Amino acid sequence: MTTDTQLELWEVFMQSKPGANYIHAGSVHASDKSMALQNARDTYSRRGEGTSIWVVPANAIVASNPDDNDLFFDPANDKVYRHPTFYVMPKDAKAI
Amino acid sequence: MTEQSLYNYCLRMGDNALILSYRLSEWCSNGPMLEEDLALTNFALDMIGRAQAILKYASELQGGVKTEDDLAYRRSEREYYNNLITELPNGDFAQTIVRQLFISAFEFYFFTELQKSNNATLLAIAVKTLKEVKYHLMHATDWVIRLGDGTTESHKRMQDAINYLWMFTGELFEMDLIDTTLIEKGIGVDLMLLQPKWHRHIQQVMYDATLQLPEEGFMQTGSRKGIHTEYLGHILSEMQYLQRTYPDAIW
Amino acid sequence: MENKEQTVEEEILINFEKKIENGDSIEPKDKMPDGYRRHLIRQISQHAHSEVIGMQPESNWITRAPTLRAKQILLAKIQDEGGHGLYLYGAAETLGISRSELIEQLHTGKAKYSNIFNYPVLTWADIGAIGWLVDGAAIVNQVSLQRTSYGPYSRAMVRICKEESFHQRQGYEIMAKMMAGTKEQQEMAQDAMNRWWWPSLMMFGPHDSSSPHSGNAFKWKIKRHSNDELRHKFIDKTVQQAQVIGLKIPDKDLKWNEKNGHYEHGAINWYEFHKVIAGNGPCNKQRMEHHIKVHNEGKWVREAAEAHRLKKERQN
Repeated sequence: MTTDTQLELWEVFMQSKPGANYIHAGSVHASDKSMALQNARDTYSRRGEGTSIWVVPANAIVASNPDDNDLFFDPANDKVYRHPTFYVMPKDAKAI
Repeated sequence: MTEQSLYNYCLRMGDNALILSYRLSEWCSNGPMLEEDLALTNFALDMIGRAQAILKYASELQGGVKTEDDLAYRRSEREYYNNLITELPNGDFAQTIVRQLFISAFEFYFFTELQKSNNATLLAIAVKTLKEVKYHLMHATDWVIRLGDGTTESHKRMQDAINYLWMFTGELFEMDLIDTTLIEKGIGVDLMLLQPKWHRHIQQVMYDATLQLPEEGFMQTGSRKGIHTEYLGHILSEMQYLQRTYPDAIW
Repeated sequence: MENKEQTVEEEILINFEKKIENGDSIEPKDKMPDGYRRHLIRQISQHAHSEVIGMQPESNWITRAPTLRAKQILLAKIQDEGGHGLYLYGAAETLGISRSELIEQLHTGKAKYSNIFNYPVLTWADIGAIGWLVDGAAIVNQVSLQRTSYGPYSRAMVRICKEESFHQRQGYEIMAKMMAGTKEQQEMAQDAMNRWWWPSLMMFGPHDSSSPHSGNAFKWKIKRHSNDELRHKFIDKTVQQAQVIGLKIPDKDLKWNEKNGHYEHGAINWYEFHKVIAGNGPCNKQRMEHHIKVHNEGKWVREAAEAHRLKKERQN
């Protein structure tokens, strides 16, 4: 008896309108790129939700480890000088 | 004359979409994987939409006495003009996808030409339909290549499907007085001109899929005269069941 | 005693429960207790299987839909359900189980699907009743799951709820049309109502007093409302809709409770519920056999697609 295959897992990202960010929509199964793209289209844009689709093999995605959150993300929390509100503007100057 | 021809032409186009959508809708909850289930259902939905638009136009041509639903649900076997290939049972996925390739390739060339029609309604339908058909053709072509050049089993199933369906492809290009009348008026499409393009296209896909077209052989015929396979009667008895059982009901 | 070292599992549990308490959502790579993972896999896969098995009873009527419009709507609705099954399989897969395994669990009976789909769909009015009552009940449940603690499940539910809003309406529209139609249509509609009402109430599960999985599901915010709470919500909304179109609720004990502002329903036949869950419903066998048959028939297609990909990879 051979084991069942449900093909490879792909992650789907949709752009809702031109210029918008691509947002993760979900996943589909497919054996190749064109199938992945078509399956994503049939699964995630049945109501005209998108103008563009990306599909990525799920195993090609590298995700950060939640255990590393303190060393990955906390050091950025005190860099207040990266935000415009940190700076004092002369009273009459207008913002660009 | 033109009016009647145009009406019959619309029935032919409408019935093709109606009956093939019936067959494709039978795949719902029967697909080889969930994703493909959704894909085939989308095809069916495109075609019901097309049937609705074309039959509505047909009904308008006759003064709107019968609605598009009357046309879809209240005619009898000999009054349908869909190509025989659309009413054949789905068979396995190979047979369904080969049928789809044959039909979608035909429709691609047909609706491309119909965009030149001087009938505004047909032109508008052609523009909308062509977008859908291009997608159907891409999807079917990809599958034919995958399955033709897949495993020994899939190759055999595909070749069997081609060998069986081939004799139903000649009918796609048959023309009668209706066609010649409408071609003369700049309304209809000259199917003779489509055949070589269609054939080259299919040959190329066969080559990519490592499959063979049969030698040109005997071709089935009949639908232009409303003569069908036995399968159509069963489709109609199922499809029309509620309309026939409760003729006064509104659904 | 104080400085006894915490085991790794204890530490995971404490951090996890802290997060849950803060109302943070849990993401796939977060550490989570095994019990949480198991509960989610069970619940999400049951949900996914329900969507997929639920396609069968309705697709039974696609070829018989009475108008082009009705056929379009029904087909689109069933297709949505397939899509929703797919979203949910995807959510379950983030927990480290494959779709193949999930399907195998369904086929071996380890995983369940909603009991309601073990009832037969006999007439066109049943299609209306399913959309109106079964989808109506499902939506009440799903809306409450949009805020469930597991991120991928919650996101899938948000998408599903957005898409399902038309399902209940189309069912109600069918019922309304039939009640405004011929005498035969009205009888068909009432008959469907009589058969689907009680199984729909059972969809919310056992009464809170006897629900076996509720404890952790609440603590971990997988479940946000109790079975009885949701059931009442459904009844309150549906009774009013039934009255508007002239359908009778087949419950002689149903009465309005002035004090708490809810309807009170008669006794639910839990004997039947358990009997059907145990595999003795009219269609259990049929549904499962169909799913297995389709799965097996599709095998050569999936294998060929994989084989083709491998060939192409070798060529490059």
